[in-house]
Amino acid sequence: MSAVIGHDHDQAHGHDHHPSGIMRWVKTTNHKDIGTMYLWFSFIMFLTGGVMALVIRAELFMPGMQVVNPEVFNQMTTLHGLIMVFGAIMPAFVGFANWLIPMQIGAPDMAFPRMNNWSFWLLPPAALLLILSLFVPGGAPGVGWTLYAPLSVQQGMGMDLTIFAVHILGMSSIMGSINIVTTVLNLRAPGMTLMKMPLFVWTWLITAYLLIAVMPVLAGAVTMTLTDRHFGTHFFNAAGGGDPVLFQHIFWFFGHPEVYIIAIPAFGVISQVIPAFSRKPLFGYTSMVYAVASIAILSFLVWAHHMYTTGLPVTGQLYYMYATMLIAVPTGVKVFNWVATMWKGSLSFETPMLFSLGFLFLFTLGGFSGLVLAIVPIDIQLHDTYYVVAHFHYVMVAGALFSAFAGIYFWLPKWTGHMYDETLGKWHFWLSMIFFNMIFFVQHFLGLAGMPRRIPDYAPQFTDFNMISSIGAFGFGLTQLLFLYIVVKCIRSHEKAPQRPWEGADSLEWTHLPTPAPYHSFETPPTVK
Amino acid sequence: MIKTLFQKIGAGALTMLVPSLVWAQDKAKWNLQEPHTSVAREMYDLHTVVLVICLVIFVGVFGAMFYSVIKHRKSVGHKAAHFHENTTVEILWTVIPFFILIGMAWPATQSVLAMRDTSSPDMTIKITGYQWKWGYEYLKGEGELSGVADGVQFYSVLATPHDQIYGNAPKGEHYLLEVDNPLVVPVGKKVRLLITANDVLHSWWLPAFGVKQDAVPGFIRDAWFKVDKPGTYRGQCAELCGKEHGFMPIVVEAVSAKDFADWAAKRKTAAAPNAATATVAAAGGGDGKGTYDKVCSVCHAAGVLGAPKFGDKAAWAPRIATGADALHNSALKGKNAMPPKGGAVTLPDGDVVAAVDYMVKAVK
Repeated sequence: MSAVIGHDHDQAHGHDHHPSGIMRWVKTTNHKDIGTMYLWFSFIMFLTGGVMALVIRAELFMPGMQVVNPEVFNQMTTLHGLIMVFGAIMPAFVGFANWLIPMQIGAPDMAFPRMNNWSFWLLPPAALLLILSLFVPGGAPGVGWTLYAPLSVQQGMGMDLTIFAVHILGMSSIMGSINIVTTVLNLRAPGMTLMKMPLFVWTWLITAYLLIAVMPVLAGAVTMTLTDRHFGTHFFNAAGGGDPVLFQHIFWFFGHPEVYIIAIPAFGVISQVIPAFSRKPLFGYTSMVYAVASIAILSFLVWAHHMYTTGLPVTGQLYYMYATMLIAVPTGVKVFNWVATMWKGSLSFETPMLFSLGFLFLFTLGGFSGLVLAIVPIDIQLHDTYYVVAHFHYVMVAGALFSAFAGIYFWLPKWTGHMYDETLGKWHFWLSMIFFNMIFFVQHFLGLAGMPRRIPDYAPQFTDFNMISSIGAFGFGLTQLLFLYIVVKCIRSHEKAPQRPWEGADSLEWTHLPTPAPYHSFETPPTVK
Repeated sequence: MIKTLFQKIGAGALTMLVPSLVWAQDKAKWNLQEPHTSVAREMYDLHTVVLVICLVIFVGVFGAMFYSVIKHRKSVGHKAAHFHENTTVEILWTVIPFFILIGMAWPATQSVLAMRDTSSPDMTIKITGYQWKWGYEYLKGEGELSGVADGVQFYSVLATPHDQIYGNAPKGEHYLLEVDNPLVVPVGKKVRLLITANDVLHSWWLPAFGVKQDAVPGFIRDAWFKVDKPGTYRGQCAELCGKEHGFMPIVVEAVSAKDFADWAAKRKTAAAPNAATATVAAAGGGDGKGTYDKVCSVCHAAGVLGAPKFGDKAAWAPRIATGADALHNSALKGKNAMPPKGGAVTLPDGDVVAAVDYMVKAVK
């Protein structure tokens, strides 16, 4: 991407002064450069976490221990989760935010460009710490990405590296969020009122508030783990007056909003793509904004639905069940609005639209399995089984990842100045769709039939579905290399993309900026009617 | 090896292609396990109801979406309409789901209340999760059957041989779901479970009974079941508890009241000689061995988590060198991975000291 943004088109605009070579990227304060770095970083982490997933699926291909030992298996589940959540999905959407928010609100850059640089450059060291934990005595923590105490207190020094990494990642997220909130609230072009902002900007404004609220909570949880490990405190040790379940309360007070931190920007991308390819304005813009805001508020009030089996009081179980079921209402509103946007439109199905429809279809399935899990008596059977694994991968992969793909195909022409290969893009979509369902649809059955999650070996009656799942996983992994090829091919292409390649796209980056977007855009604000 | 692998892949592919056929043959694979308590049955039925409601909504929403995808496409010349809101429709699709949810919440609430009502049991069993086995103890307490097996206690450990796990022997019928000492309970009686853990979180899960309760070290949680049919029921630990998490299954034998009484009587006489030895040991120098067997051996017998192994002179020497008082103090207050009193916080200090002395004597 660097070649395109950095050189080919610089001359055309004449004012793109920046250092060249590596120092350009180290010192850059340009929101487009930083957005690009976020996206590449997240893709590298996506492949890293993906390889770990393949180790897991290889071990689970059939009963018996073949590929790794149980310790390494647990380390893989932990790192896969942490890397995908904090290294792949979150940075990917921060990348989108950096690229798009200034362009969509008519601002020249982010409000704090230097802090923006710092937010990004904190990520690689944190990722290195996570990877490094594999090579210290005792290896990476084998506790799952939820880092539950007291198991996490028992771990080797890999756990300390993980705690440090989480602290750094949290700092990065908080700074990034402050930047986004300040940018959106202060740098909008004249006439760009809040209720005129593209929905993508709205979703990020709300997400940024969520991040600022919960990342310090996670930092608190891991710090308490750290002091329990080394400094003689007993936050999570009953013998010293603490309570292991306290960790879960704190973790999920962060963890549940975190789910929406990942999902809400995805809603934003989909809300840009579907109207563009329906050639029709988004249905129910106002109710979309209110739905996202209510989902965000509700996300703070439902955390203990991850803890139905810990022995909550009956009233606690009932309250968390009702509150959680309530989330289905605003989520339903969003899905209905998207379908109503398509209704009586003039639809076409280029790759971004295909991924959006894939998102809509599979995310809704994940929503339904979420509703099933919200109901306490059913969750008692399904908690900590493969049904849960299936559920959150429908939301995280088919939800967040598919919408990230939709967004990348949608904006690639604007970013690089070239069109991607439509035929290959469609192949990428259909292969991802088929392999994704091969991996995760069958896992619903595994969970129902009684296979617990996070086990390296299983009883023979689970064999068939595990084999299907593992084959699908390797297919899905290979398909993502095709995606890499498509993106590289697009960057190196010589075919120029028009300013507005999508007929129905109507936000400022399409209507007011040339393709590719110049290095500095909107130095004088546009007028928004 | 490779051939059977491909046969299995073939079987897997077939499973996907002809689900209806396989459904008839092997229903158990596709849904919750067959319930054997009233609670599990309610869970099963509730799941079916919710699934059907979701399916109906799913077909409705995506019916509309696919209709639009087929009829409203540009390639068939459909021109876009320009509406972008409709208050009536928007209110309707906010309010109707709300009432559907209330319809689901009502029966769910009933089940929760039934599920959590552990009052008036016929007997009580204490379950303790260890890394990586289950401990069972029949308690004396309320209920008509509480005296039948009170005091019986044992550990329940995975019985699948190592060779089967590492592919050196063919896998047995109940691979990974078999134990040396199953929990034995009478059918048709309300059994209350008091569940705790000794080290980290575990979770006692028996799908056919609809019981899944986390075992939290230092706290006691309760659950209950009343099995309707004699048989062998199998479950697993459901909360990640370290490297052997996948290898601590749960097996429950439900038998008639008479068989249960017979079994309990046999266990009690079998346990009696042990109790006699313990008394002798107590007379000889505190209840060191008893405490060791009950508490310390969980880690010190095998040397778990850096604990000095029982009888391992090299491991104990540097510790003994710190002096008896320091050693007693570490045991009382905890050291490294070891919690105070090895997690058995209710143990009298004297017993802990005696147990330490017993372990020290074994390496002198």
